[in-house]
Amino acid sequence: MRNELLDMGCRQLRDEIAAGQVKSVAATEAVFEAVEKYEETIGAYISTFRKQAIAKANEVDEKITAGKKVGLLAGVPIAVKDNMCTAFGATTCASKILENFHAPYNATVIEKLLAADAVIVGKTNMDEFAMGSSTETSGFRRTVNPWDTSRVPGGSSGGSAAAVAGRLCFAALGSDTGGSIRQPASFCGVVGLKPTYGRVSRYGLVAFGSSLDQIGPLTRTVGDCALMMNVIAGYDQADSTSVDEETAPVCDYLEKLDEPIENLKIAIVPQFNAGADEQVQKALRDAVGTYKELGAEIIEVDMPHLDYAVAAYYVIATAEASSNLARYDGVHYGHRTDNASDYIEVYSKSRAEGFGKEVKRRIMLGTYTLSSGYYDAYYLKALKVRNLIRSDFTDVFEKCDCIMTPVSPTTAFKLGEKVDDPLTMYLSDVYTIAANLAGVPAISIPCGFDEKELPIGLQFLAPAFSEDRLLRIARMFEKQTDWHKKKPVIS
Amino acid sequence: MGNLQYKVIVGLEIHVHLRTKSKMFCGCALEYGATANSRVCPVCLGMPGSLPVMNKQAFEYAVLAALALNCKIAEFTKWDRKGYYYPDLPKNYQISQYDLPLGTGGFIEIPLQSGQTKKIRIIRVHLEEDAGKNLHPAGNFSQIDLNRAGTPLLEIVTEPDMNSAAEVRALAVELQRIVRFLGVSVADMQKGHMRFEPNINLIITRDGTEYKTPIAEIKNLNSFRALERSVDYEIQRQLDEFLQTGKVMEMGNKTTHGWDDENQTTVLQREKEEAHDYRYFPEPDLVPVVMNERWLNEIKSKLCELPLQKQMRYVSEYKLSDYDAGVLTAERSTAEFFERAVKKGGDPKRVCNLLTQVGLKLANEAGCTLAELIPAAENVAELAEMIDTGKVSASAGNTIMRKMAESGEKPQIIAEQLNLLQKSDAGELEVIVDKVLEGNPKAVEDVKSGGKKSKKARGFLLGQVMQKTSGRANPKIISEILAEKLG
Repeated sequence: MRNELLDMGCRQLRDEIAAGQVKSVAATEAVFEAVEKYEETIGAYISTFRKQAIAKANEVDEKITAGKKVGLLAGVPIAVKDNMCTAFGATTCASKILENFHAPYNATVIEKLLAADAVIVGKTNMDEFAMGSSTETSGFRRTVNPWDTSRVPGGSSGGSAAAVAGRLCFAALGSDTGGSIRQPASFCGVVGLKPTYGRVSRYGLVAFGSSLDQIGPLTRTVGDCALMMNVIAGYDQADSTSVDEETAPVCDYLEKLDEPIENLKIAIVPQFNAGADEQVQKALRDAVGTYKELGAEIIEVDMPHLDYAVAAYYVIATAEASSNLARYDGVHYGHRTDNASDYIEVYSKSRAEGFGKEVKRRIMLGTYTLSSGYYDAYYLKALKVRNLIRSDFTDVFEKCDCIMTPVSPTTAFKLGEKVDDPLTMYLSDVYTIAANLAGVPAISIPCGFDEKELPIGLQFLAPAFSEDRLLRIARMFEKQTDWHKKKPVIS
Repeated sequence: MGNLQYKVIVGLEIHVHLRTKSKMFCGCALEYGATANSRVCPVCLGMPGSLPVMNKQAFEYAVLAALALNCKIAEFTKWDRKGYYYPDLPKNYQISQYDLPLGTGGFIEIPLQSGQTKKIRIIRVHLEEDAGKNLHPAGNFSQIDLNRAGTPLLEIVTEPDMNSAAEVRALAVELQRIVRFLGVSVADMQKGHMRFEPNINLIITRDGTEYKTPIAEIKNLNSFRALERSVDYEIQRQLDEFLQTGKVMEMGNKTTHGWDDENQTTVLQREKEEAHDYRYFPEPDLVPVVMNERWLNEIKSKLCELPLQKQMRYVSEYKLSDYDAGVLTAERSTAEFFERAVKKGGDPKRVCNLLTQVGLKLANEAGCTLAELIPAAENVAELAEMIDTGKVSASAGNTIMRKMAESGEKPQIIAEQLNLLQKSDAGELEVIVDKVLEGNPKAVEDVKSGGKKSKKARGFLLGQVMQKTSGRANPKIISEILAEKLG
């Protein structure tokens, strides 16, 4: 018997907790009951914090009983991807090299969640160091898709998406370097937002591709996504790349959420969509129909440089990763080999033992592209492509409010299907990568199911720092459809 | 052996710690000698997820130093990652500046022994973070102290414009004086605030043919002595090597050496220059620094006359000895104090003597600056004038200077309190002289009679007057009165 509380949205739950109608402890207990029951099947978490979560829930409940003011996420059980540092528990990035690493500090987003009185229930599984699109490169466990347990949840934030879809939390944080929030959101039938680069602090997010990484929410509804953004968005002086209030003020993303955008103009990129599965294309056509009914104008645009996005991305992301992951050397923290005869072997053996295959592949790729004699041909060229893609976006956004694309060319694929075929795996990021290269915000929302009853995602991309409009555009669709109300039955 | 001549060619790479309160990219305190690993945080430990934030003060100090070295300041500069694996480098990359250093194309003027100066061109000046320290206690392990990791480090690279060990030393000393003058570095050699890496080779002419010896780089020298001696040693070593082997410079045959201070020799560390690939790329965690005119002007306003210019001016304008001028310009606060006292009317030479003979010694003992020792420079000016006008003797002046440092009183008051004022009133002194002459007729006789005894008797009479005035009479005036009375 499933606890009905678990189907409640964050906003409603928060309001009822704040009003004293529901106890945070009850919601938190419900989550852990579900975890006990389904986690063995789903494998969404790397670690959970039952005792600490119940204590926090009690604390929030007591605050409310005492009539004290509570935060925006008062008592709401939230999960976070295991690449965000927490001063409690381990922060592993799903890598053996950080298996027993306990960060001495909280990431800025963790501080913000705690300040908003959220209850952090656990840390979710992911591809090792966020490198992957199926959560299968995790060094610890397999996460399955709640809609079909023989399939992947997507990745790299697969644990967060599966936890949100499988009712093992009410909302989650993920990180997105090339689609790692949006693709698993689409595979698991939930909402996932990658904010503008610089909108959410990266301080405490274990870096993969520093110029591409961004933290964002995975939720069941657009409204919950807006609520989460209200908590996590904003300038952070500890992150030099976060954008200050003067340049781009944060706003209340809930305030006008239900107001449709007038004279909405949506661009589609036909060149782009052709590569998607027929059922994905059909869902997109249906979505076009829905927006037309809402009075939106649909235009077709060309983005000539998008064809090079995947190539540019895999040069830039791996180059940055090769440098970012240099610090895991067995010297200062993390896994250290037992069999070193000198310090060079401390490095080489610790890394050989600690990193998985995909991480090693990307470190080698990145090291190669940054090497002298290759830098200009690869890294520098990729930066030029990146600039061309950026200007493609600038041009298109002069003509429209947003761009609509699929999230992924396919729905969730079978476990093991692509894990040994990195190139095919990389190509599954084809629609999501451009947003990271250009730094613009993008959202994935549920827009239907294929014939195998697997969720399909719809992606919108909008100009930098227009998350408020992006959420409103998504909300217009959500109001007209009930895809977001479907939930998986976990077998 | 034939006819052989050689020319020494040396370029220098210098690292200078900046004297900011906190580190280059985090808020940790810069504190020499603190307990190992006690001045660290997630950022300078290179913890996962941590991010650097630029220390603006460090950047401004670096620009100020680059300006003083006559560099062109970049309007746009960025940070780059320099990748290499070493245990004292927690991230295994160093945040540095690669292709867009903050300063380029400058020069530094150094004094030569001949009294002339020489311009040494500066290729570039950039800012980076220092690494930690590897410690090697006895046993089969090493330890790492990361207190120093993240210290703002200014790197200065010169053209190979120096032609002797003495010139190399002069540049190092001059640079130390400049960074201290500007207040951008404490530049304490013993604390490793300055480290030098000279690149040395020789151009040898034998029988009309020129040969260039392979370049040798000496790493990590942290004293002027080691710098000068290692360069001298290397000159001789290269000369010997050339004579024995005839080896000349080729691609890739640059060698790297360490300095063995105990045996006073350089030690070969790396035979061939390894093809270092640092895999530089732009640091994505930091934003580029854009230097606008207003900011640059703000920094420029903190520039001052450089020590060497000041020293030369003191010699030409105030007729001080080069040595004294050097002492006064060793520290900016000393020079400024000196100039304030001169501006208040003190005779430069006299003020100089008071400062070099007494003031600086006291300040040094007290571990403070002159201005902290004697807040009012005008008191020193006044004292100088008192000495010059004969109100007090030069030795009494030194005593008053010491008292001024203790009590902060004005020199006039101290002189009165200590009865150090010289009697210069001719009328008053004449009365005393008359009494002395009256009481010593024999001596008066001797003076008047001239001859051998005259000089001695005159000295005796003068001594009697001094005695009666407890030594406070101005000897010059007494002599005049005696001469008038006795002829």
